[in-house]
Amino acid sequence: MFKRILIANRGEIALRVIRAAKELGIGTVCVYSTADRDGPWLEHADQKVCIGPPPAKDSYLRIDRIIAAAEITHADAIHPGYGFLSENAHFAEVCRDCHIQFIGPSPEAMSQLGDKVNCKRLAKRTGTPVFPGTDGAIEEVDEAVRVAHEIGFPVIVKASAGGGGRGMRIARDESQLREGIETAQREALAAFGNGAVYVEKFLEHARHFEVQTLGDNHGNAVHLFERDCSSQRRHQKLVEEAPAPGVDPEKRRRVCESAAALIRAAKYCGAATCEFLMDREQNFYMLEVNTRVQVEHPVTEMITGVDIVKTMIRAAAGETLPFTQDEISAKGHAIECRINAEDPDRGFMPQAGLIERWSAPSGPGIRLDSHARAGYRIPPNYDSMIGKLIVHGASRDAAIAKMKDALKAFEIGPIKTTIPLHLKLMDHPDFRNATFDIHFVERWLKK
Amino acid sequence: MIDIRKLKELVRLMVENDLVELDIRDEQEQVTVKRPNSAAVPLIAHHPMVHAPHAVLAAPAAATAPSPSSAGGSGSADAGLVPIECPMVGTFYQSPGPDKPPFVSVGSPVGPDTVVCLVEAMKIFNEIKAGVSGTVERVVVKSGEAVEFGQALFMVRPG
Repeated sequence: MFKRILIANRGEIALRVIRAAKELGIGTVCVYSTADRDGPWLEHADQKVCIGPPPAKDSYLRIDRIIAAAEITHADAIHPGYGFLSENAHFAEVCRDCHIQFIGPSPEAMSQLGDKVNCKRLAKRTGTPVFPGTDGAIEEVDEAVRVAHEIGFPVIVKASAGGGGRGMRIARDESQLREGIETAQREALAAFGNGAVYVEKFLEHARHFEVQTLGDNHGNAVHLFERDCSSQRRHQKLVEEAPAPGVDPEKRRRVCESAAALIRAAKYCGAATCEFLMDREQNFYMLEVNTRVQVEHPVTEMITGVDIVKTMIRAAAGETLPFTQDEISAKGHAIECRINAEDPDRGFMPQAGLIERWSAPSGPGIRLDSHARAGYRIPPNYDSMIGKLIVHGASRDAAIAKMKDALKAFEIGPIKTTIPLHLKLMDHPDFRNATFDIHFVERWLKK
Repeated sequence: MIDIRKLKELVRLMVENDLVELDIRDEQEQVTVKRPNSAAVPLIAHHPMVHAPHAVLAAPAAATAPSPSSAGGSGSADAGLVPIECPMVGTFYQSPGPDKPPFVSVGSPVGPDTVVCLVEAMKIFNEIKAGVSGTVERVVVKSGEAVEFGQALFMVRPG
């Protein structure tokens, strides 16, 4: 096992890794920028090293300084957290060259799954469902019709040179498609001087469905079931939950197992998440693979009892996964709300500044992953997430009720947060009935 | 003379917002506050509008912005001294080799381009330049010690 882990990150995920390391009896080193000098998480680390000024490109993204910090503190492993250098294959390679264990996949596995073309190729081999569509521009209308029948209606006709919605047509049957292609080609030719169009599967009401997986260096890979992250704003997840409500058990089992098969084929070590879109008929289409720990990993930990961060560390140290697929089961329902220092009433304006009041909820089944506290000054340099509130209940309804109660008890001031938005969201009929899709929050906010 | 509390407030604002230079003026006075980089202690130039020559003051580390370099500053003893701060992370070496004399020691005159030490990071020895003119008053770090970004390596009396 490692003697000392350097954490190349900040905020709540740095604290999460410190806690996991302490439970494993491993020493911790935190690197930090001058903007994070007073970061409360640094108090939990055994050592801290200042690596640069506030801009991330001069500190948290400086590979040379992070490696130097690992060298002077004799750290034998680096946990990259999420964001920053966590999906940088070059960084993973530099770590290897410097004989420091990167806690995550090998640079080869990371590159293979991080590259969309390579990943899709591998996914087709392992039976992981991918997004269908034509690969190039379509010359003949009949060819487009054939492809559309193959991938299933509705489809979207897009101009190859397109943008801004021009040259785009949604077709729900063959006659609409024939008409749509003509119009789209005409529009595309007029707008871009190029009439080439292509056809792709169109998902009207897609949900975000992602599968948590874990692999080791001995050829083992398992899945820890899925999360639903359909509540998004500007592609940022607001609420995540596990399991995904209302999914057919057999379809769920198949897609989860296909995700595990994909990372096994990639010889992947550590935590990875396969992200899918799910349509109303509960067909799955893979978007991408995140080759790191996810922000929303706690909801999976709550329903499975598996400590994902500790398992990542143990796998990176060469241990075999401590469980087989049969030994993993899910219990109850977990929901996470991301608490961001943003003012929902003023266009989600970021709220850097001093937290004067901080009173956190507590009780059975309530977990708060946060680096903040009263007296903490939120720097303006990084993202606005100041905590993740996670609850676990016997059922989805019980979890929603618990989340509402916890949100009401959570008092933060004078800075504004997304807590009031989450409270309203928990009561939204589409959320309550799980009749949501990835655009429902934005549609609702527009009203 | 400008109010020290106002000055502290300006420095705090600069550090918070990662500003490199702040220039404020009215009929009576003009204040320019510069930070060579975000971690360094601000250099404060105060220009009374009547007097032409302007003094460049370096405030002691402890009195202005809290910084990791405060380990090197003992407050009043360093009044009027400017720190040479480490621009990187690594291991500090005062001389070019084990049997070689130090680049500089107490009493050595330095100019902006004078090499004052080496910092080793990732097996590469990086020459660190003084960046200021003056006389070395104190060597803060021992040879072979680990140093971090923004840490004071030497205290220099500007001149």
